[in-house]
Amino acid sequence: MPWTEGYSVMRTAPVNKIIPFSNVDGPSNRMAIFFQECPFNCRFCHNPETINMCNNCGDCIRTCPVNALSLKEGKVVWDKDVCVGCDTCIKTCTHNASPKITMMSVDEVLEQVKRVAPYIAGITLSGGECTLRKDFIIELFPKVKEMGLTTLLDSNGYLDFEKESEILEYCDGVMLDVKAYKKDFSDWLIRYPNEVILKNLHYLLSVGKLEEVRTIIFPDRDKENTETVTYVAGVIQDKCRYKIIRYRQFGVRDEHRKELGDLTTDEDYALSFVGLAKSLGASKAMLI
Amino acid sequence: MSEALNIVKDPTLTYNQELIALAKLGENSDDTIVFSDEYYKAKEAGALCDLGEGKMPYRPRYICPDYDLLFEKGCDFLGLEPPKDLLEAVNALEIFYRHVPSVTTFPVYLGDLDKLLEPFVLKEDRDFAKKVLRLFLLQIDKVLTDSFVHADIGPEDSVTGRLLLELTEEMQLAIPNLTLKYDPEKTSDDFALACVRCMLKSAKPSFANHRMFVKEWGENYAIASCYNGLLKAGGGFTLPRLRLYECSLTAKDVDDFLERELPRYIDLQLEYMDKKVKFCVEEASFFKANFLVTEGFVKQENFTGMFGVVGLAECVNHLLGIEDKKKGFGMNKEATDLGLRIMDVIDKRVSEHVAPYCDATGHRYRLHAQVGIDTDGMDDSPGTRIPIFAEPTMLEQLETNEKFHPYFPTGTGDIFKFEETYEKTPEAILPIIKGSLSRGLRYFSGYLENCDVVRVTGYLVKKSEIEKLKAKKQSLNNVTVFGKGAQEGAHALDRRIQRHEDSTGQ
Ligand code: SF4
Ligand code: SF4
Repeated sequence: MPWTEGYSVMRTAPVNKIIPFSNVDGPSNRMAIFFQECPFNCRFCHNPETINMCNNCGDCIRTCPVNALSLKEGKVVWDKDVCVGCDTCIKTCTHNASPKITMMSVDEVLEQVKRVAPYIAGITLSGGECTLRKDFIIELFPKVKEMGLTTLLDSNGYLDFEKESEILEYCDGVMLDVKAYKKDFSDWLIRYPNEVILKNLHYLLSVGKLEEVRTIIFPDRDKENTETVTYVAGVIQDKCRYKIIRYRQFGVRDEHRKELGDLTTDEDYALSFVGLAKSLGASKAMLI
Repeated sequence: MSEALNIVKDPTLTYNQELIALAKLGENSDDTIVFSDEYYKAKEAGALCDLGEGKMPYRPRYICPDYDLLFEKGCDFLGLEPPKDLLEAVNALEIFYRHVPSVTTFPVYLGDLDKLLEPFVLKEDRDFAKKVLRLFLLQIDKVLTDSFVHADIGPEDSVTGRLLLELTEEMQLAIPNLTLKYDPEKTSDDFALACVRCMLKSAKPSFANHRMFVKEWGENYAIASCYNGLLKAGGGFTLPRLRLYECSLTAKDVDDFLERELPRYIDLQLEYMDKKVKFCVEEASFFKANFLVTEGFVKQENFTGMFGVVGLAECVNHLLGIEDKKKGFGMNKEATDLGLRIMDVIDKRVSEHVAPYCDATGHRYRLHAQVGIDTDGMDDSPGTRIPIFAEPTMLEQLETNEKFHPYFPTGTGDIFKFEETYEKTPEAILPIIKGSLSRGLRYFSGYLENCDVVRVTGYLVKKSEIEKLKAKKQSLNNVTVFGKGAQEGAHALDRRIQRHEDSTGQ
């Protein structure tokens, strides 16, 4: 697994963004930490610049209007005090990466958490795919729990949680994306095998660590939407929240917007899947 | 045209608003109270401001009557018996309110309504009680037509408190202003959440740091007007303010400001306050003859003077030569630290001054972070707030506030505007309020973007009513015109919105 090499040893992780107060990354008020890099390459991804690590090609440096980027010893360096947040670099990058990444140690992240701790119920690690930073999380979470905070993972289900169950020891729950049930649709949509994701759905539920499941409803894909929702609802029943999310075209790469639709899924259409999920016993299904 | 004629011909003033403006004109025709030349010079330069208090304090600025006494003994002057049921209770209050003066002519404190009315509400059927309270609130909104009219609830949960919240949400009225006295030990999470939900829909109640106020005032305090902490059965004599930005203009540098100019302005404001307080107690008939005093609804010794400041941010930025607000006060440690040094100077000097007649506050005046008035424009941000358009993330804004709020027992606060997703997640707001109050925040207000009732700088107005004024129509609420000024001049409605995508740099 080339993308984890290096980081786990150093116990640092590439952080794309930290949101001190978030009301949409799990229950109550939470600090949300977004790690860079994701092993999937979902066609509907809204922030494709979080998918890969920067390869230091240097293309974006020239386009930055305020010279916040430079090349030092072959690596792209981002000066966040100079940056005006125009995202020109991200538009320039053809590698689905971002130069605005900070490598943070566990202690540095803890420092940030400590500052926000009085105002939050807990933290949520997201991404990219947070479980790529497994060892980092195993070190971080016990210290966060010591502060009296709850710990959630927002995951695409890439990591085999049963095999790597150590990560769950100090984790209060996983918010799991189940994007596609049928293999052929999954292979096309996320460009990654989904056996482990479905296995995780069962496993996390069985060990009481499934905080919620999310499924995106795509326009004009009755068959696939129905298959996925039917499957998930049948598995989770009333045991956890099931968030039905509308596909939104914003931020989606041009070529994929052509395939998936340059529109947002109709609300009533999405609601019909909430109805479907509930009728199959997933009483905590909701549209967001 | 004479000023009186201007008032009489203004089509946007209601009859009552004309009456108030004309009365003020009459009051200001007297020159009994005379200040030093230096005072007038500083006032002319805009460094001192009397907040339209008028030249002759014929009553204290803010009055917080002891309504418990009214319910216990009735009122001779008004011929009121102690009420025996809910109808009699609200009727007595409605009558009484009409006779409580203030700088605005309207009562700025309506009582701790849940505590006052609970025994009567509990004797009635819930629907009937709700109907009575609905008419009571309607009467207040249509008769006490001024958003500085303020009622308190809490800290404990109660049937009346819940009914008032339900009605506040249903009726969507700007008046009265409402505060929850919040104490994490006494206020249940469930009741606090109900208050958050109501706040998101109707911009009230605000959350007052009950423990902090009790420590400074004892249990018997009221939150009145915008967010003013005062004693019940007492109030505030006067509230002038230092306009700190203008004060800083005459200083050569930081040291000159801290050592000479600021103390000089502080002393001038103290001179003003002393004279106003003395006149009010010694000359005016209020403390001798008004029934509120003679029947014990207020006691002179429970009044204090409120020493106001405004525009700390702009003052600091000017002294440090910071042009870009986004890099100034609240955003940079040097600037915020200077703000604290300035507050220390003010706090110390005011606390060393022996104030006449302020018995309950140890013969000292108490500080107040004034919220600004419509004509301030962008020169002076309210109190110690970070300027609008320069607000950092909510976290940083709270951290700055927590440092400054403890200075102001007679009131300060900040306002947070939330994006619409918070309507579905009120439980995400409560930890923020709890956390910040535990760390020194005094007063928290919030509202949801796209609400009609909005909080301007401390008071509430309806955006639809501001539109009426812009179309040159009359608005019943006396402060809508302030809201219009604050919106156009100070962009008070353009404050930063707490969105979930707001992030700090790592
Ligand atoms: S967002 Fe990127 S391009 Fe824009 S200023 Fe920052 S580093 Fe430069
Ligand atoms: S962010 Fe993209 S464009 Fe910029 S150096 Fe890295 S890979 Fe190249």
